[in-house]
Amino acid sequence: MVRRVGLLLVAWGVIACSQTAQAVLTIEITQSADVGLPIAIVPFALQGKDKPAHDVAAVVEADLARSGRFAPVPRKHFLGTPHEDKDVVFKDWRRIKAEALLIGKKKKLPNGQWQVEFRLYDVFKGKQLAGYIFRVDENALRATAHQISDVVYERLTGEPGAFSSRIAYVTKETLKKRNVYKLQVADSDGYGPVTIVKSPEPLLSPAWSPDGGRLAYVSFEEQRSMVYAQSLVDGKREKLAEFTGINGAPAWSPDGKRLALTLSRDGNPEIYVMDAASKRLTRLTKNYAIDTEPAWSPDGRHIIFTSDRAGQPQIYRMDADGGDVTRLTFEGSYNARASYAPDGATLTLVSRNGGAYHIAILHLANNLLQVLTDTPLDESPSFAPNGRMVLYATEVRGGGVLASVSADGRVRQVFKFEQGDVREPAWSPSNQPLQYTE
Amino acid sequence: MRKKAWVLLAALAVLGVAGCQTTGVPSGAETGGLTNAQVALLAEQRVYFDFDSSTISGESRAIIEAHAADMRGRGRATVALEGHCDERGTREYNLALGERRAQAVARLFRALGVSANRITTVSYGEEKPVALEHNEAAWRQNRRVEIIKR
Repeated sequence: MVRRVGLLLVAWGVIACSQTAQAVLTIEITQSADVGLPIAIVPFALQGKDKPAHDVAAVVEADLARSGRFAPVPRKHFLGTPHEDKDVVFKDWRRIKAEALLIGKKKKLPNGQWQVEFRLYDVFKGKQLAGYIFRVDENALRATAHQISDVVYERLTGEPGAFSSRIAYVTKETLKKRNVYKLQVADSDGYGPVTIVKSPEPLLSPAWSPDGGRLAYVSFEEQRSMVYAQSLVDGKREKLAEFTGINGAPAWSPDGKRLALTLSRDGNPEIYVMDAASKRLTRLTKNYAIDTEPAWSPDGRHIIFTSDRAGQPQIYRMDADGGDVTRLTFEGSYNARASYAPDGATLTLVSRNGGAYHIAILHLANNLLQVLTDTPLDESPSFAPNGRMVLYATEVRGGGVLASVSADGRVRQVFKFEQGDVREPAWSPSNQPLQYTE
Repeated sequence: MRKKAWVLLAALAVLGVAGCQTTGVPSGAETGGLTNAQVALLAEQRVYFDFDSSTISGESRAIIEAHAADMRGRGRATVALEGHCDERGTREYNLALGERRAQAVARLFRALGVSANRITTVSYGEEKPVALEHNEAAWRQNRRVEIIKR
């Protein structure tokens, strides 16, 4: 059965300052993905003479490999290349040990749009699991590929995909001895960055609002740290905090109505909550130590944060009104920058071991700390909206880059950007690309 | 008040004599109430810190004392203290650690007689390193407070 699905996607033109060079996902897979489900992805047949701007099947294959859950079967093993349901011979695929099969076709329509059709099969059962036809603008082809990845992922794992989400991050370049910082937003695979903010002074700590429509961030454009919030729809920007001292670490509450912040206006860094509409502040922590890097639990009832009240940075949790502070990390002398997985069962954080800063997962039920990376200068981990991948910043050959690691640590990939140092990634909280009408 | 000033000047004169003996400058010479050694230290506009620490070392203290003495002699001078960290660790925590370093230096300035309204502090965390390499030598240079007097 094939369903017609239309996609409404509008270009980012309104808020883009410029379309910068794209990020390209590198080949650097640090762990083999053959622990994943073997899926055969047959390159989609092209009907007609026009060539599309993007290879949809290749984008899907890269998405699925990066997730750590799938092992795409090498094309050289294929015994056939079906594009139609009637051409599928299941025993050809069982022979090469594929468990799932994805086929498709694409063709340019007279009105300039592209028609993309795909079918997903369970090879053992010899049964179709999904089939869709899309009609989309050419500039929506990658988004369509990511939607296909989401469907494949969900049908085969039972969990939602995260491929239609976005990532925000900061780049730093030095041109003619001047620094240029940019806050950018790109697709979940790093493609198509759009510059949201550009500044000669540092930018850090981008934080997505729950609906994906706004980014809060810290900017030094006035020579000290201040917190701003900016709409991704119309580009309008608001200064939220410019108190004496540090203004930092913004984090939106799950209902989007409040922001947790770090302010040192009262003498040392403390966690405050600001009502987004009235800007009223409530102070939550009252301790001479450094209290910073707040993050909300998915149910909005708790806030975790970094505090060195016991001597060195560790992760603590408190109620959203500041009560009942509990320490969560006990392993290692430095644990910081924690945030919740969407299901609330684990945290990702930076954990230091023997002088090396790794990305780790803390399982809240049994307090197990699981280290995911072995590189020494890792920071700012951020969960994908399905909780199955963690995006973080790392160092490769002296330069700052982004990487993603599957939440079980099995597959890691590095994002190669064409210019500058990249840092401070933040994964959007929902798996919907931002849609708006002009 | 005048008596205190005389006592202070007398003490400084004694110190000045003591400090001058190694430099060949005629005994008793001073510059604005500072010893020659302190004048030399005024050229130092950075004090450095150990890893994860905001404790002021003896060497740093001597530099800060020189600057404080200079400011006591120039009543309208102000000082901006910028706190910095090396790149290791998380950025927001480093923003806080940089502030702690700047505040430690500010406290010492105040203890040395510079009033609070002449001192400002700001933290840049790990955002403005002077050395960009990823090794101990670079990190040591970046863990600092900049002393900027006007």
